[in-house]
Amino acid sequence: MAKEALRILVVDDEEGMRLAVERALRNFVCRVEEADAEVSFRVELSESGEDALAKIAAAPPELMLLDYKLGGITGIDVLNRILEKRLDILVVMITAYASLETAVQATKLGAYDFLAKPFTPEEMKTVVRKAVRHHILQRQARNLAEERKKIRFQFLSVLAHELKAPLAAVEGYLRILQDEKLASDPESTRRMVERSLVRLEGMSKLIFDLLDLTRIESGQKQRTLKPVDAVEVARRAIETAQPAARDKGVSISLVAEAPVVLQADPGEIEIILNNLVSNAVKYNKAGGTVEVRCRAEAGQAVLQVADSGIGIAPEDTGRLFLEFSRIKNEHTRNILGSGLGLSIVKRLAHLYGGAVQVESQPGVGSTFTVRLSTATSPAGSSGEARASDIEI
Amino acid sequence: MNQKKILIADDDPDILEQVSLLLKGEGYQVLGAHSQEEAEEALLTAIPDLAIFDLMMENKDSGFVLCHHVKRLYPETPVIILTAVAAATGLNFSSPSPEVRSWIKADTFLNKPVRPEQLRAEVHRLLDR
Repeated sequence: MAKEALRILVVDDEEGMRLAVERALRNFVCRVEEADAEVSFRVELSESGEDALAKIAAAPPELMLLDYKLGGITGIDVLNRILEKRLDILVVMITAYASLETAVQATKLGAYDFLAKPFTPEEMKTVVRKAVRHHILQRQARNLAEERKKIRFQFLSVLAHELKAPLAAVEGYLRILQDEKLASDPESTRRMVERSLVRLEGMSKLIFDLLDLTRIESGQKQRTLKPVDAVEVARRAIETAQPAARDKGVSISLVAEAPVVLQADPGEIEIILNNLVSNAVKYNKAGGTVEVRCRAEAGQAVLQVADSGIGIAPEDTGRLFLEFSRIKNEHTRNILGSGLGLSIVKRLAHLYGGAVQVESQPGVGSTFTVRLSTATSPAGSSGEARASDIEI
Repeated sequence: MNQKKILIADDDPDILEQVSLLLKGEGYQVLGAHSQEEAEEALLTAIPDLAIFDLMMENKDSGFVLCHHVKRLYPETPVIILTAVAAATGLNFSSPSPEVRSWIKADTFLNKPVRPEQLRAEVHRLLDR
């Protein structure tokens, strides 16, 4: 539990009241379970509104117990100054007994709560506890929003970089082709055109993946849930990957004893299997193999794609499912990818109350296993674990 | 003929290919590296007359780190940093202030995509001075 001390300024013109409050708060510890925080207090005292304003100007406290009726300027005046300066202080107004009107006025103005005199230490602690909880949770929400903003900005700047790279590569080739000092032979011209097309294809794949990701993330895509046979989808994914597999001499086989039916959006299951099968071909060795296995197991559809490819080093597996984190080494250098495929697979698996796992041995191969619940009312429609709740 | 040697590091194989092609066309000997690591290895055995580094490779500051190595090992070797980050981050490296220049120690910054005539001009300027 994180311990911290909050500053609380107690403003009252009666000395007895100030000292009583200080005594009650000195050893008071207040827990906010949701934020895993344990709060104690550093109590400061002021006998007038003027003195309180000077203390606030020097260093604003987190909380204030502010008497309404003071010798000079009133508690309402002090409250107004705090609000004018947009200071982040939770103010509890202390009002005279039966003066509900003042209490209402103060809370309307922007005081967080009020405490009617006379009050017992326990009553005061209850009000303080509530204010502390509000302060801590509000701060937590603010930090979280800040964090999300940062992550979003990072995502966008990496995305801009990833979109710019293929454009720079294509533009570079075009400028060389245009250059009069470099009389290029037909063979190298052909190669440059070929590479440009490959990079453009990579770029449009990135844009398509990005659209998939956006749809999942926003949870706004129209999802049509119906019984889907994963084996059928796997068969189509294999067909789609076949041309690339043939070019590389990779053979793909399907292992399934019976249909594996789950309640799902067919498009989403297709995205999962297409990504995994196409990766298994891309990161394979020439003449390698890919095995796609589908089976039902205790309320789950288990989809497995095993390859005899280059494998993934143990230290890299942790980053594998993060956006734009492509593993760079001499084996992957010439393989193009958007860097989004596996993060999409992971998000989709979450939508089906499932998960994706990888087992791999460098130089031997990798096996990706996706487990999906066969009977979920997937989250996108029920809202229980919406895609937008998943951290990017 | 005393051919001048240029070390180029870029993790984008196409950019590496393009810069190599342009400089070979100018009669230079080119050493290509696909990563910061490969470039560091190359620097152990080769003394380049000029080095051209991509900024972001396996690390965000690969180009700066390599630049530092070159200046420590071969203080006379000029370095060009190639970067595509300007637009994405709002940072502008193409005209760094004298203060930034002294800190980074690169001799020139060029934005990607590189224009052939601009690259040739910079390389000639740095090698023939």
